[in-house]
Amino acid sequence: MNVDKLKVLTVAGCLVMIAALYMIFVYVPTEANMGVVQRIFYFHVPLAWLAFVAFFIVFICSIFFLIKKDLKWDRVASSSAEVGVIFTTLFLASGSIWAKPIWGVWWTWEPRLTAALVLWIIYIAYLLIRLYVTNKEQRARFAAVVGIAGFVDVPIVALAITLWRTEHPSPVIFEGGLAPSMLYTLLVSIAAFSILFTILLLQKLANNTLESDINKLKEKIK
Amino acid sequence: MNFWRKVWAITWKDIISEFRAREIIISVLVFVLLVIIIFNFAFGAGVEVIKIAAPGMLWVTFAFAGVLSLNRSFILEKEEGCLEGLMAAPISREIIYTGKTLSSLGFMLVVELIALPIFALLFNLNLLTFEIVTITFLSTLGFAACGTLFSAMAVKTKARELVLPVLFLPLVVPVIIGAVKATGMVLSGQTWAEIANWLIIIGSFDIIFLVISFWVFRFVIEE
Repeated sequence: MNVDKLKVLTVAGCLVMIAALYMIFVYVPTEANMGVVQRIFYFHVPLAWLAFVAFFIVFICSIFFLIKKDLKWDRVASSSAEVGVIFTTLFLASGSIWAKPIWGVWWTWEPRLTAALVLWIIYIAYLLIRLYVTNKEQRARFAAVVGIAGFVDVPIVALAITLWRTEHPSPVIFEGGLAPSMLYTLLVSIAAFSILFTILLLQKLANNTLESDINKLKEKIK
Repeated sequence: MNFWRKVWAITWKDIISEFRAREIIISVLVFVLLVIIIFNFAFGAGVEVIKIAAPGMLWVTFAFAGVLSLNRSFILEKEEGCLEGLMAAPISREIIYTGKTLSSLGFMLVVELIALPIFALLFNLNLLTFEIVTITFLSTLGFAACGTLFSAMAVKTKARELVLPVLFLPLVVPVIIGAVKATGMVLSGQTWAEIANWLIIIGSFDIIFLVISFWVFRFVIEE
């Protein structure tokens, strides 16, 4: 990805983000039951959705790395994991801010919250294991193994906790329970955050690539 | 058949070395006893409290004991260069994985089968039922399947024994949830049909992690 394309993407991202913010705070009507707090929904859902996308990218790139042995895939995976952890942190935080006025508590050990927390810890462990290994081939292999095992674990975690009762608002998006104006706002917000995610991922990837180039040069000097 | 003979050779090697050095089973058993005693201080000995806390106490103890014994399993291989010896042997990496998983499973089961009656005795609970033994077996299989993979990884990192719990504990969350829930249900007198869902979850974790670990183990162990 060259710098010009990234600039174009950044400008586009800013415009869509401004549109999304306008829709979230001005255009969309206030929800009847929850009031103004419900607007967090338009941040929370895109963040959660993209966090899953991020970890899916980690999973796919980890498989590719183990098959192809090309460190490029490892760089994509680790960049995606970092952005994913940030997005997970943000969706946990936004959910918490929403929960305080609606449920009366910042946190409850409700199954889906617990699952999100476990997910967050798994990918922090993924980033941690990278710190513990110095050899970069080995680091990439270990991280890939954790990336695959972690992602495969997520549905089992989800399954285990859906057997518990749940008080998280059930997904209304696909049941036609969302008013059209709310749906449009959500879609624009998802688009805005998707572009933001792509920009962050590409930036981090460029950063990692530079770092690996520098390390190669360092080795040459030695 | 040949595959299982080689697997058994590795498992048998571990069993012999355990018999001679007595490094894992005895130490982990002492650890388990200590944890049970400490839990007793934490929760008191009230009958009502114990009934609620017992499944959690049991599985926290077993999960931590699992981490300890899994860690030892590969630290012992790493010392004296045994791992290099295994790598040089004319066997596939999958055989090493299966053999080590079997021996870890065996050691953990021995510890748990000794700890269960002690736990039952100390807290006056009926833990020696076929249901609880089944739950214990399935959960321990999951611990061993997932833990062997990460323990092989952990010994090759800088932080060593710190790495296994960091990776292992979040991933085995479904097993711990399932085991705690199912044990609690059995203790409150529920039947097979009611705990079946939890056994299926633990069982699917076992199968998925056996398959995945079997496939990716060679990437962990190669130099």
